[in-house]
Amino acid sequence: MNSWSLLSLLIWLPIIAAFAILALGPNRAGLARLLAMLTAVLTLLLSIPLWQNFDTTTAAMQFVEKVAWIPSLNINYHLGVDGIAMPLIVLTTFITVLTVLSAWKVITKNVHQFMAAFLMLEAFMIGVFCAQDAMLFYIFFEAMLIPMFLIIGIWGGPNRVYATIKFFIYTFFGSVFMLIALIYLYMKGGSFAIADMAELTLSLKEQTWIFFAFFLAFAVKIPMFPVHTWLPDAHVEAPTAGSVILAAIMLKIGGYGFLRFSLPITPDASSDLAGIVIALSLIAIVYIGLIAMVQKDMKKLIAYSSISHMGFVTLGIFIAFALIGKSADTNMALEGAMVQMVSHGFISAALFLCVGVLYDRMHTRKISSYGGVINTMPIFGAFFVFFAMSNAGLPGTSGFVGEFMIILSSFQASFWFAFLAALTLIFGAAYSLWMVKRVVFGEVKSESVAQLTDITKRESFILAVLALAVLGLGLYPEPLIDVMRVSVEHLIQQISVTKV
Amino acid sequence: MSMNTLLIIALSPLAGAIIAGFFGRKIGRIGSHIVTIASVAVSCVLSIQVLMGLIDGELQAFNENVYTWMVTGNVTFNVGFMIDSLTALMMSVVTFVSLMVHIYTIGYMHDDPGYQRFFSYISLFTFAMLMLVMSNNFLQLFFGWEAVGLVSYLLIGFWFKKESAIFANMKAFLVNRVGDFGFLIGIAAVMMSFGTLDYVEVFNQLPDFTDKTISIFPGVEWSLMTFIAISLFIGAMGKSAQAPLHVWLPDSMEGPTPISALIHAATMVTAGIFMVARMSPIFEMSDTALSFVMLIGAFTAFFMGLVGIVQNDIKRVIAYSTLSQLGYMTVALGVSAYSAAIFHLMTHAFFKALLFLGAGSVIIAMHHKQDMSEMGGLKKYMPMTFITMWIGTLALTGMPGFSGFFSKDIIIEATHASTRWGSGVAYIAVLLGVFITALYSFRLIYLTFHGKERMDNHTKEHLKESPWVVTLPLVLLAIPSVVIGWMTIEPLLFGDFLKEAIHVNPANDVVAHIGEYEFHGAGSFALHGLTQLPFFLALAGFALATWVYLKKISVAENAKKTFKPIYNLLVNKYGFDSFNQKYIAGGLIKLGNFLWKWSDSKLIDGFVVNGSAKLVNKVSQAFRGFQSGYIYHYALVMVVAVIFFVGTYVL
Repeated sequence: MNSWSLLSLLIWLPIIAAFAILALGPNRAGLARLLAMLTAVLTLLLSIPLWQNFDTTTAAMQFVEKVAWIPSLNINYHLGVDGIAMPLIVLTTFITVLTVLSAWKVITKNVHQFMAAFLMLEAFMIGVFCAQDAMLFYIFFEAMLIPMFLIIGIWGGPNRVYATIKFFIYTFFGSVFMLIALIYLYMKGGSFAIADMAELTLSLKEQTWIFFAFFLAFAVKIPMFPVHTWLPDAHVEAPTAGSVILAAIMLKIGGYGFLRFSLPITPDASSDLAGIVIALSLIAIVYIGLIAMVQKDMKKLIAYSSISHMGFVTLGIFIAFALIGKSADTNMALEGAMVQMVSHGFISAALFLCVGVLYDRMHTRKISSYGGVINTMPIFGAFFVFFAMSNAGLPGTSGFVGEFMIILSSFQASFWFAFLAALTLIFGAAYSLWMVKRVVFGEVKSESVAQLTDITKRESFILAVLALAVLGLGLYPEPLIDVMRVSVEHLIQQISVTKV
Repeated sequence: MSMNTLLIIALSPLAGAIIAGFFGRKIGRIGSHIVTIASVAVSCVLSIQVLMGLIDGELQAFNENVYTWMVTGNVTFNVGFMIDSLTALMMSVVTFVSLMVHIYTIGYMHDDPGYQRFFSYISLFTFAMLMLVMSNNFLQLFFGWEAVGLVSYLLIGFWFKKESAIFANMKAFLVNRVGDFGFLIGIAAVMMSFGTLDYVEVFNQLPDFTDKTISIFPGVEWSLMTFIAISLFIGAMGKSAQAPLHVWLPDSMEGPTPISALIHAATMVTAGIFMVARMSPIFEMSDTALSFVMLIGAFTAFFMGLVGIVQNDIKRVIAYSTLSQLGYMTVALGVSAYSAAIFHLMTHAFFKALLFLGAGSVIIAMHHKQDMSEMGGLKKYMPMTFITMWIGTLALTGMPGFSGFFSKDIIIEATHASTRWGSGVAYIAVLLGVFITALYSFRLIYLTFHGKERMDNHTKEHLKESPWVVTLPLVLLAIPSVVIGWMTIEPLLFGDFLKEAIHVNPANDVVAHIGEYEFHGAGSFALHGLTQLPFFLALAGFALATWVYLKKISVAENAKKTFKPIYNLLVNKYGFDSFNQKYIAGGLIKLGNFLWKWSDSKLIDGFVVNGSAKLVNKVSQAFRGFQSGYIYHYALVMVVAVIFFVGTYVL
């Protein structure tokens, strides 16, 4: 155990800073920005030792902190990370820095509140990833909604009220069932520790109920077909920075939840119901891919594309059960799901930032308003093409790695799974490149496109950093896999043993 | 062979691309072309050294990993190089043609504002293509495969203001993705069957897989090897533009001519041919797959050649010719004459790059007009282009002695000798193809260089030969177009050179059969060719073209009218494009709209989500009545309830 409580520091530093920024009041916007930036950078720097000192040879929780919190209910302030949580925490701190930077000039209204909400959001998301006590997890999970709700509701677009309520009700609806399941598990085992819950013996019937309760919470979050319709609306109304965090990190919490709760706690039910989840994932990949193709709003298109890409995450996670049945290699499927989450964190963030760049200049996200942007914004155009290609899963970019691993694993389960999943090669390219064609290429479409100015140094810095991340992960994914390998193997052991 | 040499060969063009791409503005136009040309020249010289070393026996075949991409479960994915005679040959062809195209580009793109960007792209392409051919595993093969597709996309759409160009590049990428879909399924099947993507490890396990089957539809068992081979070949159909995935190649002519020569004639489109040859141990295990390959090739060779006859755009004629010639290579693969396919790939790379670059030279002179009906009589203005184009045409039409003769004749002979199911049809197709090839090729020559000068006066005044940076590559490509055939036929086809790299079952080895019974040296082979049917067919094509397009152009006009339906069929390219556009692209968009409007918006969002919100609203409206605030309402409810409970209790 570390003598200095690194995880607590990662959670509480942004929260304390958020209060400090709030205290600045509305009149010192510049200072609020600066302080937020400093905090975000410091949090990122603090997360680096997390990676460096991480022991990749053990599946046990690391950097553990445990303090009794509500002793009467045996609820503990219990933190820790394994190879599944750690990369997602680093992803969170990394993306937060970029989003704070991206909101630098754009947000002018109540800057202090915006930045404070953002740092709160960061802290809660980190909290979600390192909570080892289910109650603590639940609190972070719900608390996260509040700053996001405010970010969309206050700094969002014209239809933001509908979108925020939809977003809130949807996710809240899902998580209530999770709470019931957690309470049931507590009643049964007397502990809120996630690790203890995974040890509980549960009948198949119990597992099935609990599985569905968790499933609702996480399926809404990630989101899966057919509970995905909140996402496009939320994205369209959210300010750029909000969309980035939503797509890059918050969706991953759904995938993380499956790995942390559903699989270890209800392995038999997961195995029984894997077929349904696989079917829904494949629908997401194909059906949502087709819907993405006909979108007229860039943000909606990317939102649908996100759902389709998240379909790969759930496919990878649940295909594992089909593979265990065939005693085939399951690592690739689960690791593929993880890689896909991290990669989507980079690519969706970049794409939403690209749309934000255009929106800040033209105040429209309609594809038909654009055309020939590359004539006036060549550097931006290059980035946009690059990220669209990554989104289409071009080998050499991170977008390829996870999809490749999951398609390869799916084939071992069934030809048809791989067949449907691989359709993304065509559909993903179709919606990404058609958007590029209509927005970036062509003659200058209108007077306002003719007056566009290319991206600033600040904007190109953000996109360049993301581009390097996308290339780095695409060309050399081994370091990421190495971090999660032992934890994934541990998870496979957990799900291979029946609890009934 | 050292790893460092190979790394320099592969990475040097990448470095050139990065420098020209990111610092193009700083180092300027001249700086950019010097850097990229130097970097490709280094690759070219070293590649040829490697090739020579392998020929002399000084160097041994090489297979090593560069780094471990990923380890997942029991599977290790590596990035590495496998260099044998086949690879070395491809590397040399790719880097040589690329070098020629780099030099040529100085002239062709001289006035283009995107000069540096263009050099950056073609160097990047060279890197990607080298990664593809040098790979020792399927993962890296797929990386190179898609990376060349990316650069092809960028280059077809190089003139990004042109609507036709940005449509063509998207179309090219998407059609290729359809092929890649099959390719990826094939790779997944390899992974499932062999547990590795390393070539050698896969090939070593093959003997155990003869009788393995795979069940795609319940109750139906297919041969696993047939399944894998056909899936992989679907990838090749995309990249090497075989019907029905050929539709992107003619449209790719929207890109600048140098890349038509480099990417869409000499190198990238032959990646599919190379891949099948590389996978010959797998394909040899399935006669069914090879028959499929052969018939697709035969169809493409014959029918795409026919379309070439009715095209008026000089580049499109050559594009259809490329489709047809790729069909020949595919037929060769299909009859297990892999070495013949590679041989034709090589000769074709030289003479087709020559023809494209020659056409480019014409296009420069014509101020970027490509319609042959506005050309004619150019021979006196541009003699170098004229002579080299003639050489290229003689090679393409397979006139005995020229390089194309050797490679094409071997394919025809091999198809004739093959006993594989369907080889009779393929034989007729490749035979008639010779006539068609001669017809469209000489038509092009006559319409462009001979006859009346049909261009407008303004253009005519400015007609002149292209600068030396353009004509030098033409000459340097014309030389191998003449000599490479008789120089290399013996070692490539009948010697030991490709023996290690390509695997052919003795029973299927039609090339060896020819070597044993018919081949007695390149000279006598050429002389013998003068007495054979293909030569007469080529002559007939030549004669017909001469009569129609040099002497009596009215015949062509009359033929158009007489055979109106056939002419229309050819002009419409058999309707592939309109079918795809209307039913596939249009159908998917309609389906997408339907799903979005009806399923997502109306059913899920409208009915379920907002519907349940409305329901909650209604129910609460109804219940609101209870909370009226009047005490007598509440009292009444309480009384009724008490009576009810007491009543049920008593009863």
